[in-house]
Amino acid sequence: MSRVVKSEYKKNNVPIDDIWIRCDACKEQILKEIWQQNINVCPQCNFHDKITPQQRIDLVIDPGTFQHLNDSITPADPLGFVDGKASYRDKINSAKGHTKQNESVVTGIGEIYGIRVVVAIMDFRFLGGSLGSATGEKILQASNFSYSRRIPYIVFSASSGARMQEGVLSLMQMAKTCAGIARLNEKKIPYISILTHPTTGGVSASFAMVGDINIAEPGALIGFAGKRVIEQTINQELPPDFQTAEFVQKHGFIDLIVERRHIKDTLKQILSYYNYAGARKNIHPRIRHLLSVYN
Amino acid sequence: MFGTIYLKKKFLAVGRAIHRFIHLSDKSSISFSARASRKEAIPKHPHGDQLNPDITSWEIVKIARHRKRPVLQDYISLAFSEFVEFRGDRCYSDDRSLIGGFARLDEQRVMLLGHNKGKNIQENIERNFGMAKPDGYRKALRLMKLAEKYNLPVVTLIDTTGAYPGIDAEERGQAEAIARNLLEMSRLEVPIISVITGEGGSGGALGIGVSDVLLMLSYSIYSVISPEGCAAILWRDAGYAPQAAEALKLTAQPLYELGVIDEIIPEPAGGAHNDYDKTASEVKQAILRNLAKISKYSTSELIKRRFEKLSKIGKFTTDTFEP
Repeated sequence: MSRVVKSEYKKNNVPIDDIWIRCDACKEQILKEIWQQNINVCPQCNFHDKITPQQRIDLVIDPGTFQHLNDSITPADPLGFVDGKASYRDKINSAKGHTKQNESVVTGIGEIYGIRVVVAIMDFRFLGGSLGSATGEKILQASNFSYSRRIPYIVFSASSGARMQEGVLSLMQMAKTCAGIARLNEKKIPYISILTHPTTGGVSASFAMVGDINIAEPGALIGFAGKRVIEQTINQELPPDFQTAEFVQKHGFIDLIVERRHIKDTLKQILSYYNYAGARKNIHPRIRHLLSVYN
Repeated sequence: MFGTIYLKKKFLAVGRAIHRFIHLSDKSSISFSARASRKEAIPKHPHGDQLNPDITSWEIVKIARHRKRPVLQDYISLAFSEFVEFRGDRCYSDDRSLIGGFARLDEQRVMLLGHNKGKNIQENIERNFGMAKPDGYRKALRLMKLAEKYNLPVVTLIDTTGAYPGIDAEERGQAEAIARNLLEMSRLEVPIISVITGEGGSGGALGIGVSDVLLMLSYSIYSVISPEGCAAILWRDAGYAPQAAEALKLTAQPLYELGVIDEIIPEPAGGAHNDYDKTASEVKQAILRNLAKISKYSTSELIKRRFEKLSKIGKFTTDTFEP
């Protein structure tokens, strides 16, 4: 059936890319309209493809409650990095134009069913969602905001890893972001990490893996080393489900695998357990007031 | 005797020839790099770097990876007067590629942790070429927590190509193990001093490298990705590794200027492999000097300073660009 429709479109000279989307996982051609209605989830194989931060905000945050934090922070080019073909500066500018964003992460405050949260949402479209100095700064600033106001912190990661055009400065962002999360743990502020497709390299080896609760979307690629690097090192083929969310969960590093449309409800469910006032008698009245919203 | 002198002369001649060859390529702007990179030898003469004062990043990469470069075991025997190794991560295994235990620098007692590279094939197979698995990072964390309990400063010696990329490492959570260390080290209640003695390979290095003071030997490297890996991705040809090494700014001087490291420990002319004793003593003095500097801080000041130090790393700008 779909084949017939496809040829019809071809006859009318409509570019195929405008009508059809090919699922990266099952390679099935899906009508773009259906794909978008399904928030970039494949109706055939339930693969959860990348979405934009705006789509994520619409999905998870109560309408009209989202406010950006540190929106003006943008990458510099600290090393003056130029590779064989293009300069890092050109790549930044084209990513900015393409995504209409200043960095590979959007941070802000908003509400989930009335519960105030700080969120950071990574965007794979911006230089592969890579972790640069500005990305690290925004993620740290957001955790500092959450720390000083005792608001739960939620991070949606989607990243290929550290941004090599910034050299060791990008590597150090792993330590910098983790230092922010460590402070939240000390003050007992919830930090929930949601790993979406793909979360690899330096991001998986820093803030993404150390949530109080680690949640993943079905089928997401999650891992430290690239598959090709591993294959070359050990000289053997990898199992087909290697580094999928399900594989990582089986080995004990993911608590929940939650479908995209249920994530908001799951977050509310988890946060309703945070400092449940009924469990603690000696809580300070001011803090009790602050926490009343969760219960 | 005659043989050594003859060999020395030969080495000098070879060194000069290579030097001329490199300069030739500079002057005539012909790139020999792809073919020559594999064969480019490091001048082995003690004053090797005086042959070539404008040493390139790629040459430093080669010195940092030199097969005779001192490894952890050399520092243990030359710089430290005692080492009591503790083994096992209490979860799965004992990783031989990352080891640790109580150690003494003169009278100063510390918890020493370090990547355990070997010098020959047999040692390297036993120690997995100094590439740690999650078990190694978890053992390191266990020992750091022990140091915290015993109120001992932590000294880490970093020399690794990177964390091991393999199926078992992924299954046991390489990413989580490194991430957990970053998190815990940022709040550890004792001073941490890290020294990059050879290769500081990305997450594998950072996994024991979050510190109050980060020192670096002058011919060591610290990078987010290997020059070969970077060249393969951005130039689409690993043969451009020398160019990538230059672009990545992975040597001590630029990293000092960027504020990533605190001090450069000078190496003997030509590299640490030319004088083990001198290198070990420089490393020892640098560690003791810096420990004395930071031991005056109270625990809370120490943690506060470490957090501020980490917060400051990175260069970015602001833009009024409206999304």
